[in-house]
Parts: sequence; structure tokens; C-alpha cells
Amino acid sequence: MAWTKKDLLDLEYLTAEEITTILDTARSFYEVSTRTIKKVPALRGKTVVNLFYEASTRTRASFEIAEKRLSADVLNVNVSVSSVTKGETLLDTVKNLCAYKIDVIVIRHSVSGSPLYLARNIEASVINAGDGAHEHPTQALLDIYTLRERLGELKGRQIAIVGDIAHSRVARSNIWGLTKLGAKVTVVAPPTLVPRDIERMGVAVSHRLDEAIARADAVNMLRIQREREKQTLFPSLREYSKLFGLDEEKIKDLPEGMLVMHPGPINRGVEISGAVADGPHSVILEQVTNGLAVRMAVLFLVAGGTSLHPESLGT
Amino acid sequence: MKQTIATAAAISSRLIQLSDDVRAACPDPARLVLIGIQRRGVELAQRMAALIAAAHAAPVPLGSLDITVYRDDLSMVAQQPIVHSTNIPFSLDGMHVVLVDDVLHTGRTIRAALDALMDFGRPDIVRLLVLVDRGMRELPIQPDLTGWKLSTKAGQMVRVRVKELDGEDVVELLDGNAN
Repeated sequence: MAWTKKDLLDLEYLTAEEITTILDTARSFYEVSTRTIKKVPALRGKTVVNLFYEASTRTRASFEIAEKRLSADVLNVNVSVSSVTKGETLLDTVKNLCAYKIDVIVIRHSVSGSPLYLARNIEASVINAGDGAHEHPTQALLDIYTLRERLGELKGRQIAIVGDIAHSRVARSNIWGLTKLGAKVTVVAPPTLVPRDIERMGVAVSHRLDEAIARADAVNMLRIQREREKQTLFPSLREYSKLFGLDEEKIKDLPEGMLVMHPGPINRGVEISGAVADGPHSVILEQVTNGLAVRMAVLFLVAGGTSLHPESLGT
Repeated sequence: MKQTIATAAAISSRLIQLSDDVRAACPDPARLVLIGIQRRGVELAQRMAALIAAAHAAPVPLGSLDITVYRDDLSMVAQQPIVHSTNIPFSLDGMHVVLVDDVLHTGRTIRAALDALMDFGRPDIVRLLVLVDRGMRELPIQPDLTGWKLSTKAGQMVRVRVKELDGEDVVELLDGNAN
């Protein structure tokens, strides 16, 4: 299936076919990074701007390497020292960049919906690199790519997502993507970290990690932000870790092929023990390698897209 | 209107002949490498590699090359074309590469393929083998080994079907509005 959209804003409004197109394209791009000369001219003459309003090392590095391996010209805008601190609005900042005839903007912003807002207002392609607690589509795509490479067809597969579901854009994007491809998703967390009515997204809820992982083909351990402790969403990090952290004791009886994933950065000893993160079940570094191929595919596809996002039609 | 240029039997005997020509043209079998261009060049290269390997009683390294991201019209097409896989799991340094494609037309695919090949090393020699040369070149590129040479007009289409992908082996010449 051909890709037609100019932006990648979320997985909620993508079809299963569109998701599959991205994953298949990523598979072809994976090979580029195995060459001696790790570069193809796919985006030669295109300019990509990485505009990060939130701290990011991993996602930004991944996008930047992806852009360079596609031969794009890359500009990183360091927001903390830019005109934003002088009070310029997001749209003014971006319209200024667009005056240089840039082709793609990769944006991370703490406000949910800001990528959509930009996509409606500029001609350049917009890629969402994480917006508030809304979505982080490329992270979910690389998680799904990793699952597909390891498990094959995802229809009927049991995937557990564990951690701060309420505040996690990674969880949200994963839920949309996985359920579209027919996987059975269970979210696992203390009640305070599960949004009310999450079942409406087509997932099951569990408050018992041992039960959930006993039937899972893969478990995705989300990072617990230490600040949540202060918000009294759980009594202590130690208690969270004991009940919802993954350690050797909890996985020792699970089948060999059960996959342990983590989007990073890892809090060793909180949501996952060091031994599990580095152990035989872990595919954490594969996720990182796959993420590069997925981002190359997304950059390549949106750069050729023209049609608007369904949600961006109308006003 | 549809005209059959070659049947399965004709293709099969022509591939045997081309394989012999490849062997004759390559003095050092140990350095011979076949690279098929996606999609149907890959199947043709595969079959010839098997024929040559049988004659040499030694395997012939076989690669596949997708030239999509090297195309010169990427910024002009409406949507991105599908990217197929490239698989060249060996160095091309010092090798005698035979590049295999089904149809040679404008020469632009081969231009892109040569660019792509250079990213995998520095072959000593690169030769071009095509099943059908339909003429109408836009770039100064010519084949070294050719199965059939046709003179065609704009609007016509040369279609190569291979049994691995299409269920049958046939070469056809179609007029513009035919399917």
C-alpha cells in the first residue's frame, strides 16, 4: 500500500495497513545500517529540523542519525537558548524556520496536540516525537516492529504494558497500534496510575504483575518517573518496585521466548532490575537499533506525502 | 494488443546461453558475483547463479539490489515508491560483478544501481546483463550481455513475468492501453 500522508502525528488515526506500510518500509531501511557505507541518498536536498521543547537524548539522537543516513540536511534547534525564552510563540518559531523552505519538522513538545496544530498550519511535514501525555508514535512503531520481528504476526498475541499508564504517551501509542494489528493488550499498574475508562481503548486492566506476565508473549516496562512518588500516586518507589517492578524472581518460571521491552531510559532497580534488563529475555537494545530503521522509514514516507491527516481536515 | 516475445522454453534456453556467456567473460570464477535488481532481476540472477554454480561446481555469491532510494525522480513523484529489500552480505571490493535486470529502457535504473553498488565497495569490473533491451535510452548506458533486443515505441510496454512472482515465464510486448 502506498503512503499518502504528509505528517505522522499519532497512531490513533492510522489504519492497520498504514502501520504495516511503515513497518515493511523500515525493514528495507534496516539493511542500510549494516553496510560499510551507512548512507543512502533518499532525502538528498531535503532539510529536516529537529525542534525539541523537552529534554531528549535518545529520541533526538535516533532521529538525527536516521536523517543523516538518508542524506538529509539537519538542523537541531536548541530551544532552551532560542527565542522561545524571549517569548516567541510556537507557530512564529516554526513559520520562521519554514521561511527557509524546510521539508520536515520533528517536534517534541510538552503540550498535547502541538504537532497537529503545526501540521494544520504549515506546508512542511510534521513528525510527532512525543507530545505531552498524548502520543509518541515512533516509539510505539519501533516497539511493534521489534515484536513483529520476534513473534511474527501479532494477531492474538498477548502484550502487557506495565507502569504509569495514566501519564504515558508511549503506552497510549502502543495501545492504538497494537490493538489495530489485532494484539491483545493488558495494562498493568496500581489503580492510581490507570486512567478511568481505559477499557474503552480495547484493553484489559490488571493490578497484578505476576498474573499478567504469566500469559504474556511480551511485556513492555514503562519508566516510572520519580516525581510521581511526591504526588502520592503510590506509597513509595520501594513498594512500587516490589509489586510492579520486574526482577529475576518474577520471571524465573516464564518461557524462554517471553520478551522484555523498555522504551528507556531505564531506572535500574525501580521498574526493572539490572539482571532482567541485561538478561536473556531482554530486547531493549534491539528496540534501539530497530528504532533507527523505523524513523528512517517514517522520514522517507512523510517526505513524499501530500494528503492531510484526517483530524487536520476542517478547521 | 499483446505480442509474445519469448515463451518459457525460450527464456530458459536463453538464460543457459547467457550463463555460458557470463562464464566465458569472467576469467576468474572465484571473483564472480551476480547482483539482481529488484524485482524481477533478482529471480533471473538467482537462476543464472544456479546454472553457473552447477557448471563451476562451486557456489556463486548472489545479491539483490533495490534502487528506489537512489532514483533521480524521488523529489518529482507524487508519493514514495515501495522500498524493497537490498541484500548484499559480502564486500564487492575487487569482485567481477554482473548486474542483472529484466528490461533495459531509459538507463536510469542502471545509473541508480551503479551509484548504489559503489556504496558496497569497489568492484574491479561491473558488467550489465539484461534479458530484454528495448532501446529508447536517455542516458549513455549500454548492456554487455543481452537476451533479446527489441525496437519499441513510446507508449509500448515490455513485460517480463517470472514464475516465482507471477506464476509463469513469459516476455510480452504490450501497447499503451493494454493490461
